[in-house]
Amino acid sequence: MNVMDTRATSAMLYLDGVHVSFDGFHAINNLSLALEPGEMRAIIGPNGAGKTTMMDIITGKTKPDEGTVLFDGVTDLTRLDETRIAELGIGRKFQKPTVFESQTVQDNLLLALNVDHSVRGTLFWRESRAETERIQKVLETIRLTDARNRLAGSLSHGQKQWLEIGMLLAQDPKLLLVDEPVAGMTDVETHQTAELLKEINKDHTIMVVEHDMTFVRELGVKVTCLHEGTVLAEGSIDQVSSNERVVEVYLGR
Amino acid sequence: MSAHILTRSLDRAATAFILIVAAVGILVPLSNLLLPQGSFLQVPTYLVALWGKYVCYAILALSIDLIWGYCGILSLGHGAFFALGGYAMGMYLMRQIGSRGVYGNPILPDFMVFLNWDKLPWYWYGFDMFPFAALMVLVVPGLLAFCFGWLAFRSRVTGVYLSIITQAMTYALLLAFFRNDFGFGGNNGLTDFKDILGFNVQADGTRAALFALSCLALIIGFLICRAIVTSKLGKVLIAVRDAESRTRFLGYRVESYKLFVFTLSACMAGVAGALYVPQVGIINPSEFAPGNSIEAVIWVAVGGRGTLVGAALGAVVVNYAKTFFTSGPLAPYWLFMLGALFILVTLLLPKGIVGTFNSWWEPWRAQRVAAVESAAREDGISEPNSAEQAQ
Repeated sequence: MNVMDTRATSAMLYLDGVHVSFDGFHAINNLSLALEPGEMRAIIGPNGAGKTTMMDIITGKTKPDEGTVLFDGVTDLTRLDETRIAELGIGRKFQKPTVFESQTVQDNLLLALNVDHSVRGTLFWRESRAETERIQKVLETIRLTDARNRLAGSLSHGQKQWLEIGMLLAQDPKLLLVDEPVAGMTDVETHQTAELLKEINKDHTIMVVEHDMTFVRELGVKVTCLHEGTVLAEGSIDQVSSNERVVEVYLGR
Repeated sequence: MSAHILTRSLDRAATAFILIVAAVGILVPLSNLLLPQGSFLQVPTYLVALWGKYVCYAILALSIDLIWGYCGILSLGHGAFFALGGYAMGMYLMRQIGSRGVYGNPILPDFMVFLNWDKLPWYWYGFDMFPFAALMVLVVPGLLAFCFGWLAFRSRVTGVYLSIITQAMTYALLLAFFRNDFGFGGNNGLTDFKDILGFNVQADGTRAALFALSCLALIIGFLICRAIVTSKLGKVLIAVRDAESRTRFLGYRVESYKLFVFTLSACMAGVAGALYVPQVGIINPSEFAPGNSIEAVIWVAVGGRGTLVGAALGAVVVNYAKTFFTSGPLAPYWLFMLGALFILVTLLLPKGIVGTFNSWWEPWRAQRVAAVESAAREDGISEPNSAEQAQ
């Protein structure tokens, strides 16, 4: 079977005419968006613009009322559950850093590795050199090598954010959804995180939601501004930040 | 493969626990059988039966700790699986009575004759054979847990909602088993047992053997639990307990994991019930009472949730206290004391006995290890930058 023939789009992630409402509140309203393979996209917008709901839809946590959500041009994500979507290669970092606090940094990464996730596979799992090396590499990338045996719950806020990004790396998904990675970080940490995401972007498609405009500017990628569940503006950071409507609803004069 | 699982499971505390249980399981029966009656060190038969009961409760507590302590599933109906295992064993023991019953019917147990039944119901077939009954001890609780869990976990019923429906499950079974036409002896349950595998259940030797077997079952159950919680599967279970949706977004099928441990735990509870029945000599519907299941959860909380050893310890300590208080003038106040115990443990020892002990012991040991290391460093063994890392 030739997969290319059946692809509906060349995009890695393709949303078209998506609607979601919660008890009459239209959280997502005719949202259409496409991410090309290898792209990094920044999503900005005021609170309640639907950024997190959009991620919920892509990862299968929320089912849209209508619309198309295609992954890799062939897979309809609206029909799948979270586990299946994660298995397909979509990783997610939450707004509030969510790591397994009572386990060590190393074990957090071990759990994230995209190896056999069946009950049997984990029961009879044995440490392998390849896995140890991968964890080692991720630890270096997120600068937590010295903290590998510490409990994740004892890390600082910024370190937890990185650990969660590290878990995404260990998961090695095709598409990374990163929700507010620099919230609560110092300027130095913010800068390091931008560098880290750029590094990851070399071989992963990334969608990052962020409020910190300095950070978004530093990423230097295409920006989409959401408002009331729909796309308000799209383009370079300069284009978007000079857009009248964006200034009005989000950036302020 | 099994060798590495075994070595991984056995840390110092686990080995100590197994050795202690094994010693008790060997010495108590020997002392009961070999030492002269009335001697200071001789364990009287009534104590062997009582302690055997505690050991069965310890197995039940272990099964609850596996799902509650490690996977966050708070079952308030685990007594149901215990009782079902007990009934399976009770049915075997009933069929062993044969024509020695009051009515002397070679096939039908007394209560069926009393109800004017003329033949054995189909679900009593096969229970005259021990291997079949032993299989049912595992299969019946396991199957119920599997079906119940499959429905509940797939629908993502969690937290207090799950606890409430497990209560409803055990209560429904309580009502069903109370009915005479349900075919399990109704109100009176199954009792008046004579033989197990040809040995008189009342005999000292049989009681001693049952005690030793209960200890063996506790050790095996403990080893299975340890093998699970020290494997990567154990890490996934803790991940599910602490951040269920995060685990899902990593690509784990959470409901399969829950179903696996829940079913396994129910089988363990069933074995505990099966060993309990010949030692206490009766099984009746009151074993399904929701209060029993809640009490079992309290044992685990008192001993230390998520420690396994603590669960077994809690079961023994609380039940020892129960025997002590309910046999004295304080008997009417036992339930108040149990309630107070639960509240005090939750407020003052939230990690339970073993958990609290660990949280004192671990830092002390870490400190001692660090002291030994720094002494070694002063001798010039270590490189200079390790001092920096230690901070």
